[in-house]
Amino acid sequence: MPHDHDQTDGPPLAHHFDSLQQQFDSARLGMWIFLVTEILFFGGLFCAYAVYRANHPAVFVDGHHFLQTPLGAFNTCVLLLSSLTMAWSVRAAQLRRRGTLVAMLGATILCGLVFMGVKAVEYRHKWEHRLVPGQARLQYWFSDEHDPNGVEPPKEFLPDREYIREHLEAAGYTDLTDEQLDRRVANLRTFMAIYFSLTVLHALHVLIGLGVLTWLLLGATRGRWTSGHFTPVDLVGLYWHLVDLIWIYLFPLLYLIH
Amino acid sequence: MNETTNPTNEKPGAHATGGVAHVADPRVLLAVFAALIGLTALTVGVSYFDFGGLNIFVALGVATVKAGLVALYFMHLRYDNLFNSVVFLTGVAFLGLFLGITLLDTVEYQPGIETFQESQLK
Repeated sequence: MPHDHDQTDGPPLAHHFDSLQQQFDSARLGMWIFLVTEILFFGGLFCAYAVYRANHPAVFVDGHHFLQTPLGAFNTCVLLLSSLTMAWSVRAAQLRRRGTLVAMLGATILCGLVFMGVKAVEYRHKWEHRLVPGQARLQYWFSDEHDPNGVEPPKEFLPDREYIREHLEAAGYTDLTDEQLDRRVANLRTFMAIYFSLTVLHALHVLIGLGVLTWLLLGATRGRWTSGHFTPVDLVGLYWHLVDLIWIYLFPLLYLIH
Repeated sequence: MNETTNPTNEKPGAHATGGVAHVADPRVLLAVFAALIGLTALTVGVSYFDFGGLNIFVALGVATVKAGLVALYFMHLRYDNLFNSVVFLTGVAFLGLFLGITLLDTVEYQPGIETFQESQLK
């Protein structure tokens, strides 16, 4: 950044801006435009969700029995808490409180890590029952039985039918014939494809957020953002809140289906 | 920020930020956080009741209130330039158009898809 107008107090004013106010407003506007592209980026997957749910509501009712709602609710609270600490970080940077900024950024990162940890537990559970999209082919490819002539993966690599049957029976679907179960397994794979696309894209955003937050934290310990130049903290805050905002929609749409 | 706690009518902490940005009131941040947790409990709670076809609208309604709180207070839109809100809402409006028009279209083809699937099952 050019230092034409060197100031000891506050951020340097780049020569193409009239005032610090204009410089700050431009940065925020740029971030908001980026956030809109993010909303539309997720929009494609939300659209896939809406189309499938509108046409096959039963697939979603069945599918959500295979997600752990308490873990989803816990993660929602963790992400909301991280939004609070993020908003507090922005405040601390604005008020030039280095200690508070370091603590709040640390708390935000910790919440992000807890979120990812819980997500890992959930994904592992799906993996154990072979419900992850593409898992059958992947595991078959790396197994000793892999046949290079391109046959479909054998049954033991496909979703765990007995687990699915037990789960559906617990949800009140008793005495399913083999044919009915086949159809439900196929439907569940569609649901899982949508669940994983949405949550993996979201988790990727959390990971990127954690990376940028770590960069902020390193700068904060050296007092980089607490001498007036708080714009980076503010903009990362906007990004982090958007990631939270998307989860606010994902949680009821995936976990809370009646 | 209401005027009573800020009689000088200056942005709080304005001297610290060079006056360029709004500094959030910690009480507001905590109240918003409490409301968000409350609404999360509410949305989990109401998911055990059946409102028939309204379920999805109840869930999305609560989510939208939560998203609004995050955008207005955590993302400072309430105190920010109105233009940033316009940018955000334009994005949301286009998402709505995208979803709405696609949904209208796919429902049209559903009978054809079902006929095809039936023929494949035989």
